Amino acid sequence: MRHIISILLENEAGALSRVAGLFSARAYNIETLTVAPTEDLSLSRLTIVTSGTDAVIEQITKQLNKLIDVVKVVDLSESAHIERELMLLKVRATGKDREELKRLADIFRGHIIDVTESTYVIELTASAAKLDSFIQAIDSGLILETVRTGVCGIGRGERILKV
Amino acid sequence: MTMMTGAEIVIRCLQEEKVEYVFGYPGGAVLHIYDALFKQDQIKHVLVRHEQAAVHAADGLARSSHKVGVALVTSGPGATNAVTGIATAYMDSVPLVIISGQVPTDYIGQDAFQECDTVGITRPCVKHNFLVNDVHQLAITIKKAFYIANSGRPGPVVVDIPKDVTAAKCKFEYPETIQMRSYNPVLKGHLGQIKKAMHLLLEAKRPMIYTGGGVILSNGAKSLTRLTHRLGFPITNTLMGLGAFPGTDRQFLGMPGMHGTVEANLAMQHCDVLLAIGARFDDRVIGNPANFSSLPRKIIHIDVDPSSISKRVHVDVPIVGNVPDVLEEMLRLLEAGSASPDADALADWWKQIDEWRGKQCMKYKPKKTMIMPQYVIEKLYEVTEGNAIVTSDVGQHQMWAAQYYKFDKPRRWLNSGGLGTMGVGLPYAMGAALQNPGSQIVCVTGEGSIQMCIQELSTAKQFRLPIKIINLNNRYLGMVRQWQEMFYGSRYAESYMDSLPDFVKLAEAYGHVGIRVERPEEVEPALRKAFVEHKDDLVFLDVITDQKANVFPMVAAGKGLSDMILSEEL
Repeated sequence: MRHIISILLENEAGALSRVAGLFSARAYNIETLTVAPTEDLSLSRLTIVTSGTDAVIEQITKQLNKLIDVVKVVDLSESAHIERELMLLKVRATGKDREELKRLADIFRGHIIDVTESTYVIELTASAAKLDSFIQAIDSGLILETVRTGVCGIGRGERILKV
Repeated sequence: MTMMTGAEIVIRCLQEEKVEYVFGYPGGAVLHIYDALFKQDQIKHVLVRHEQAAVHAADGLARSSHKVGVALVTSGPGATNAVTGIATAYMDSVPLVIISGQVPTDYIGQDAFQECDTVGITRPCVKHNFLVNDVHQLAITIKKAFYIANSGRPGPVVVDIPKDVTAAKCKFEYPETIQMRSYNPVLKGHLGQIKKAMHLLLEAKRPMIYTGGGVILSNGAKSLTRLTHRLGFPITNTLMGLGAFPGTDRQFLGMPGMHGTVEANLAMQHCDVLLAIGARFDDRVIGNPANFSSLPRKIIHIDVDPSSISKRVHVDVPIVGNVPDVLEEMLRLLEAGSASPDADALADWWKQIDEWRGKQCMKYKPKKTMIMPQYVIEKLYEVTEGNAIVTSDVGQHQMWAAQYYKFDKPRRWLNSGGLGTMGVGLPYAMGAALQNPGSQIVCVTGEGSIQMCIQELSTAKQFRLPIKIINLNNRYLGMVRQWQEMFYGSRYAESYMDSLPDFVKLAEAYGHVGIRVERPEEVEPALRKAFVEHKDDLVFLDVITDQKANVFPMVAAGKGLSDMILSEEL
């Protein structure tokens, strides 16, 4: 099953490679990984999308907690949460495709943020599944580049991950 | 406060940590530190002949005491040579601090002479590591390193220090205590869980206690022995846990696992409640986890590391905590309550166990002209009256030492259980000898393993370490040969050691005493000669043993614990 794991990490040199190294050393999956400093610059917030049986996910959270630089770990998918991912898509936009692409971008609440005679860059922020559907909806022959940030997530309401 | 150089700060920190011995090897990047070491006489430096041995010796010191072992190596090859030692300590959770030199900070990343990414290379085999790039962070980092190494589940910590940081100056201040928001090991077990565990144990019809290295590392042996005696349950100690419960006690069933006894393995398999303490259900202990889990039993697991619990088998009652704290709490509950174990059920269970014991699975047939390796260990036990600190390397000799030397006390049996590193025996003995002057120190090894760190005979001479090396010489990489005989149609691919050195002459060349032992009747006199006449010397006993002897019982890799191969002679 797919899980979104959120981590507060000491913002130290090499801390990220400890997390990434743990996943490869123990043969866990990483589907996406995002990381950036928080409002407290001594901490980074990491979001990892992974998949595995309940036993594997339990081991992943335990092993993450064991890393000295890891301050807190939460499996967001255990309860109500929001996930978002940003995608930048460069597409071939000529002739009647220009109108069609504009319409599709509107339907998915995307924005066209760069326009040339022959290309668009579409920006879309949504859940990972929604981004997948957008890609599905476009003629694959038109896609020139896909850049995705990976998922970041947050718990709903009073569920707060803080030191 | 006076200004000190980084190098002086390193030494002062080690003094503050009451470090007595540092095992190391000098080189360019650590020259400032060696200079600071030279100018003091509180810390003794032990010059090894290869950095791997520096870490192993520090590890041996730590295993034989409750101290943090310390090694000091230079950058590049110094650090890479240390990696095997670090990984060995990591697998067995031994507290070490390894200080490595690094090229100057402005050279890092430039492929400088003797540069390597030490923090990157050691990351997967340390509890934690640091690169210190500011002299102001040096003292606090070393404090953290010692704290992390020796708390929670212990382990090795590497502190990598660039050369310019050891030359830079700052004021020295050593924090008394340390607080880390990201590292707070749980020590006290959850009382509700402990009560649940006690309830299960007292209801059990066929209880079994299974303990590992965690009991020894946490100094939990006394509590364990009291609790086990109080409950009257059978107990087994893993390879890493030998000595946590007296090996000569009737309740002790021997070691479990691949080369465990029939009674220990069958009791592990057929118990209805298993109390696992500081052990990790590893593949050499429970064999195939699916087979092990197929039988109904409740498992209680006490461990300071939550990630060890329910890793390979499902656990019904997990208790995260420091072993002696949890065991003392259990004893308190036992004293306070009125319930006691089910005596009738226990009597039946012991009857069953005694029947298994009756198979005498460790019996072997002595030979008239050929020395059986098991016999050597039995004689060693007699001659040392069970009081020696025994180190071993890895292979058949290791299993025989574990099976036939009955350890009554913890920290007397030092071996590489997790990583299975050949070559640890002699450096372990060096560390143990320095830490335990006056104790009998024995290294049980084989002609394959001993050659992996043989250069340390030179260190042992320099520091006058009276180690007794028992080389069980069968001219084969014995354990490899055994597997090839049993599973590869006796095709002995590269397991024969041709052109071995004359070990007696080799020992003499290093300035030690060498004795060759070729006949069974010579074994005991040679041992007595080594331990009495040459009490203060390093003695290398080259014991020529039966080439065909195999380690039994044996559970083949991937099989279940009840699927044991026994000696043909039984």
